[in-house]
Amino acid sequence: MAAVSANEVSKKFSEVTAIDEISLAVRDGEFMVLLGPSGCGKTTFLRIIAGLEKQSAGDIVIGGEVVNDMPLRARGIAMVFQSYGLYPHFTIRDNIAFPLKTQRIAKSEIRVKVAWAARLLGIEHLLDRRPRQLSGGERQRVALARALVRDPTVFLLDEPLSNLDAKLRASARNEIKLFQQRVGTTTIYVTHDQVEAMGMGDRIVVIDHGRVRQVGTPASIYDDPADRFVATFVGSPPMNLVEWNSGHLGFRPEHLLPKEMIRDGEVTEFSFRVERAEYLGSERIVYGELEGLHSPAEITAKLPPAHVPLASIRPGEWHAFAVRNSQLCYFDRDGKRARRH
Amino acid sequence: MVAIAERIRGRRIRFQFAFDRPRVLGSLFLAPAILYVLVLVGIPFLLAVYYALSAYTIYNPSYHFVGLRNFIAVVQSGIFRRTLLNTFIFTIGSQILGLILGKFGALLLLRPFPGRKIVRALIILPWVVPIALATVAWDWMFYSLYSVINWTLVTLGLASQGNAPNWLGEPGLAMLCVIIVNAWRFFPFAIVIFLAGINAVPQDVLDAATVDGAGFWRRTYQIITPIIAPIVVVGLIFGTVFTFTDLSVVYLLTMGGPVNATSVLGFEGFQVGILSGNIAHGAAISLFMFPVLLVLVIVMLRFIRRREI
Repeated sequence: MAAVSANEVSKKFSEVTAIDEISLAVRDGEFMVLLGPSGCGKTTFLRIIAGLEKQSAGDIVIGGEVVNDMPLRARGIAMVFQSYGLYPHFTIRDNIAFPLKTQRIAKSEIRVKVAWAARLLGIEHLLDRRPRQLSGGERQRVALARALVRDPTVFLLDEPLSNLDAKLRASARNEIKLFQQRVGTTTIYVTHDQVEAMGMGDRIVVIDHGRVRQVGTPASIYDDPADRFVATFVGSPPMNLVEWNSGHLGFRPEHLLPKEMIRDGEVTEFSFRVERAEYLGSERIVYGELEGLHSPAEITAKLPPAHVPLASIRPGEWHAFAVRNSQLCYFDRDGKRARRH
Repeated sequence: MVAIAERIRGRRIRFQFAFDRPRVLGSLFLAPAILYVLVLVGIPFLLAVYYALSAYTIYNPSYHFVGLRNFIAVVQSGIFRRTLLNTFIFTIGSQILGLILGKFGALLLLRPFPGRKIVRALIILPWVVPIALATVAWDWMFYSLYSVINWTLVTLGLASQGNAPNWLGEPGLAMLCVIIVNAWRFFPFAIVIFLAGINAVPQDVLDAATVDGAGFWRRTYQIITPIIAPIVVVGLIFGTVFTFTDLSVVYLLTMGGPVNATSVLGFEGFQVGILSGNIAHGAAISLFMFPVLLVLVIVMLRFIRRREI
């Protein structure tokens, strides 16, 4: 186990800058999620930490040691790939044993460790099969077992859930998180799925165009976004934005409520014209526009259905809505968060 | 009345959509291939069996059944036994050399370097140049007196003008020469096979092996080679079958000489059956290829099925 840090790491592919001076400190034992849209450089950054790519500038430090020129196998890292990268011609047993064999560990010890990893992930009954005979979820566990078996200093996971169906993804998410808590290994997890990021990360790094936009706990990323990109990337539906004093004013859909529902605190009132509404069971999402305010995207409000009867909100009607002032975010003309408007 | 009308319509629809049925369309597509095999492989094969069991020669072209007498006579001949051994040496030698050159070339061509595309296109040349032309060039290079190979050896001081190797004149060297020429012909094909195989190995698998601590050798021999083995074996089957039955290199370069040292089954069958006119013996010699190749192909196909991944 070890802390990982990056100091002003950059990566250029000929003319294109994939990573632009990323600095980041991951604490020992932490579950850190790299979140960003596809093509933002998050996977490249992970590959630089692993040593599969060489950075153009900057240092990678693992366990207090600069590893820039350290060969990949000396870094003691384990990685799980998007499509798992299992060896198709090996049995599951040999797949899990492979990282131990490369270290020339005694056969008896390999046997013990493989059995231990297989038991931990509940795949003992699959050991004599080959990868193609396994389901997606089982393959993913094998990839985890192979990563785990040699006590890595750091776990790197590159979108390991993207090949699973929605139901399996939810349970696998839970499994990975529990498993990480049990072994306590520093973990860096790459995803473009904000639900995964929010649900699993101790902290989240939001990356866009090769730059770090914000680092923080899921709550601080959601409640206190550092800029307009983070505000609109995290959250579903995303944060509402309206043009305001040459910048933007933002508020979460669940904070835009009918005025009579907000009883305390100072509020800002809006006149909201309803265009359509979606009933999703646990919530109702209402789409529309705000009177006198221009916004780059449709305004959404997320309402608890139990409190707002269906009949009271009909398309085409104007309603008095409001947001608590404490829940408003201001962004200046560069999209940076501003404290005051 | 109604029933009859419906039946007619049904029949018409059946006819109209006949090509939608896999049985009809599939047979239609397969027919040319089956016809080709029957006419150009099946009939000559049956003819060969027919001749091999007879005393047919071009001087006495009548069918006279002699049973297995031709085969017994052929096996008892020292020249034939030498030829059979030569065929194995020639086939195995040129396949091994071709595979080594192919793998080496593929690994080199995988690395980016300026002009790689041109080299990739040029490397295919030995395969597409007419064999007669290429062999004439090789014949000239192997020539013992003024050729480029011996000139180089003499200039480098590795041999003297007087005892420079007589490439095509000494039995062992002559065999080496036909193997080299055949491997040279075969290796672009091997490169293509290796390139296709190596490119088909998923990048994730290679990255995983690297992260798991595998160096170049371990990655090459424990990960890449087993994954591409089925593809390479298919290439090897083709190469082996074509080489085992080939007579062109030998015919053009050595004419089986010196003293039958490079004679192979195809050449010997041609020599005895066509040039000397003893068609019955020629057919019997050629038929010896059949069981050998059959066993070879079955073994290799079983290997592929076992290694299927």
